[in-house]
Amino acid sequence: MEDIVRLSHLIDKPAPTACPGCGHLVFFRIIRECLDELGITENAIHANGIGCTGVHRAWQNHGYVPLTAHGRAAAVATGIKRTNPDTFVYTFQGDGDAAVIGLAETLNAAYRNENICVFISTNTVFALTGGQMSWETLPGQKTTTTPLGRNCDLTGKPMHLPELICEINPDVAYAARGTMNSPKHIIQLKRMVRNAMEAQLAGEGYSIVECMSACPNNWHLSPLECREHIEKNVLPEFPLGEFKKRGAQA
Amino acid sequence: MKKTLMKGNHAAGEAAVRAGCMLYAGYPITPSTEIMEHLSARMPEEGRVFIQAENEIASIHMVGGAYCTGKRAMTATSAGGFSLMQEFTAYASDAELPFVIINVVRSGRGIGSLEPGQDGYRQSVYGGGNGDYRNIVYVPNTIQEMVDDIYEAFDTAEKYRIGVIILTESSMGQMMEPVIMPDYKFMEGQPEWAVTGTHKWDRGSDGLGLKRKAWAEKMERMTAEMQRWEDSGLEDAEYVFVAYGLPSRSTGEAVKALRAKGEKVGFIRPQIVSPFPAKAFEKVNRDVKGFICVETTEFGQMVQDLAITVKKEFDRNVPVNFYPYGIGVPSVKEVLANYEAVKAGGYKEVF
Repeated sequence: MEDIVRLSHLIDKPAPTACPGCGHLVFFRIIRECLDELGITENAIHANGIGCTGVHRAWQNHGYVPLTAHGRAAAVATGIKRTNPDTFVYTFQGDGDAAVIGLAETLNAAYRNENICVFISTNTVFALTGGQMSWETLPGQKTTTTPLGRNCDLTGKPMHLPELICEINPDVAYAARGTMNSPKHIIQLKRMVRNAMEAQLAGEGYSIVECMSACPNNWHLSPLECREHIEKNVLPEFPLGEFKKRGAQA
Repeated sequence: MKKTLMKGNHAAGEAAVRAGCMLYAGYPITPSTEIMEHLSARMPEEGRVFIQAENEIASIHMVGGAYCTGKRAMTATSAGGFSLMQEFTAYASDAELPFVIINVVRSGRGIGSLEPGQDGYRQSVYGGGNGDYRNIVYVPNTIQEMVDDIYEAFDTAEKYRIGVIILTESSMGQMMEPVIMPDYKFMEGQPEWAVTGTHKWDRGSDGLGLKRKAWAEKMERMTAEMQRWEDSGLEDAEYVFVAYGLPSRSTGEAVKALRAKGEKVGFIRPQIVSPFPAKAFEKVNRDVKGFICVETTEFGQMVQDLAITVKKEFDRNVPVNFYPYGIGVPSVKEVLANYEAVKAGGYKEVF
């Protein structure tokens, strides 16, 4: 019962600004559930991203910092965590934010093994600006800047961020990818988020969890079709799993 | 208190330590780097945070991250490094987040040159990022004044919830002078705006209208309270020199020499250029023949603020002369020669 009351602050005031079927809210709800379950909600600071992850009012009601600059969340989180080592610090970003414009900040925070959690909700497009190509757009995927489908010969292949981070720094605490398209995957994703949070609480270092999220609006699919799209098209390109397990030798 | 001979940049770094700066994040760029080098040793020694970041964008955002939780933080940079930080300064101004940057200015556009200059004026004063905003900009002309300005800068930034820039020049960073270091101080308590697990940032989600009103009030308060300058000989002056930073040292000497010769010259040295010390001009002789701006830029930056101020202060059109000194620091001899030229009508007024 207590959990229900606590989670209500996600949805009571003001109303969420996400589109129906948006994956971001599912992922963020999981993050908030884990914060509540670990008892750290009131000691957590959220460095937010730009784009859809920066505008949803739903998550602007606790420990929320003012700098929504594109891609810089990992640097902001670094400044917060280093001066407030006892505070739980996380970022919540999209793929256009963390893997494109903020790639330098994302990779360098991982490179330094900052003791922060980076949560990336990947919908394979720049969603707020109307659905342009991101580095994680699928090969052949139609977006407003790849109207004939993404041509990987010209634009590169989809970037796999958690895997890349394990290459850059094999010593990071935890790196995983989940998705939100089914109850089974949601339970798996929650376990990943929990692991990432526990890693920071134990001072183990940097952790990243990427969630492959639905974007009905920019994919031009119904929420239900989005689930199938993730299963059929997204997951073959972006395999789920833990690329760095906690405590595993580099 | 004992005087110590210190290099400008080392003194700047030490002043930040004394002022209670808890985090320094920076990226090396000549001629500011010694600030970073000094703090790489001093911050850990004091149990504080030093981070060498991947670039200036990241370093200033680390500063912002720390400052929004109520921890004093600072960075130092120059030229193109300061340009990269403009993204942050615009965002921070919008959120009314305090920050402190030491801008050790070097000459020129783009990569420019490493010699001293004052080309960073406009970028520092007018924000430089998108949107209409201002920073408070200190322009010391001795290392001691710079130390005192940095010591005060954090309090000022927090008082107005505004960005504070200490504008120095490459020669100021590299030269040595005796300084008295102030005592250690710290931010008192936790500011009410600090972000914690239970308190989100209190600005930034208001409507644009409210923000504009808040900023207008702040600008008014800041303009009234933060005008700071030194002046001499204004009451009977026929010509008034205006200069800040290192050129104000040679200009000051030139003014003394001219006064000794019986020339009626006055001098205004802004110690803060944003807000611009307009009050200083109230004292100026109403029959003044002209103003002479001495600055080391190529086309004039402060001279524009000077011209606007003069235009407002006088009923008639008083000439504002400017000689583009460009790179370096003008010598007393050069300033004297240019004064003669202005007097003889050899210079065309720029405004």
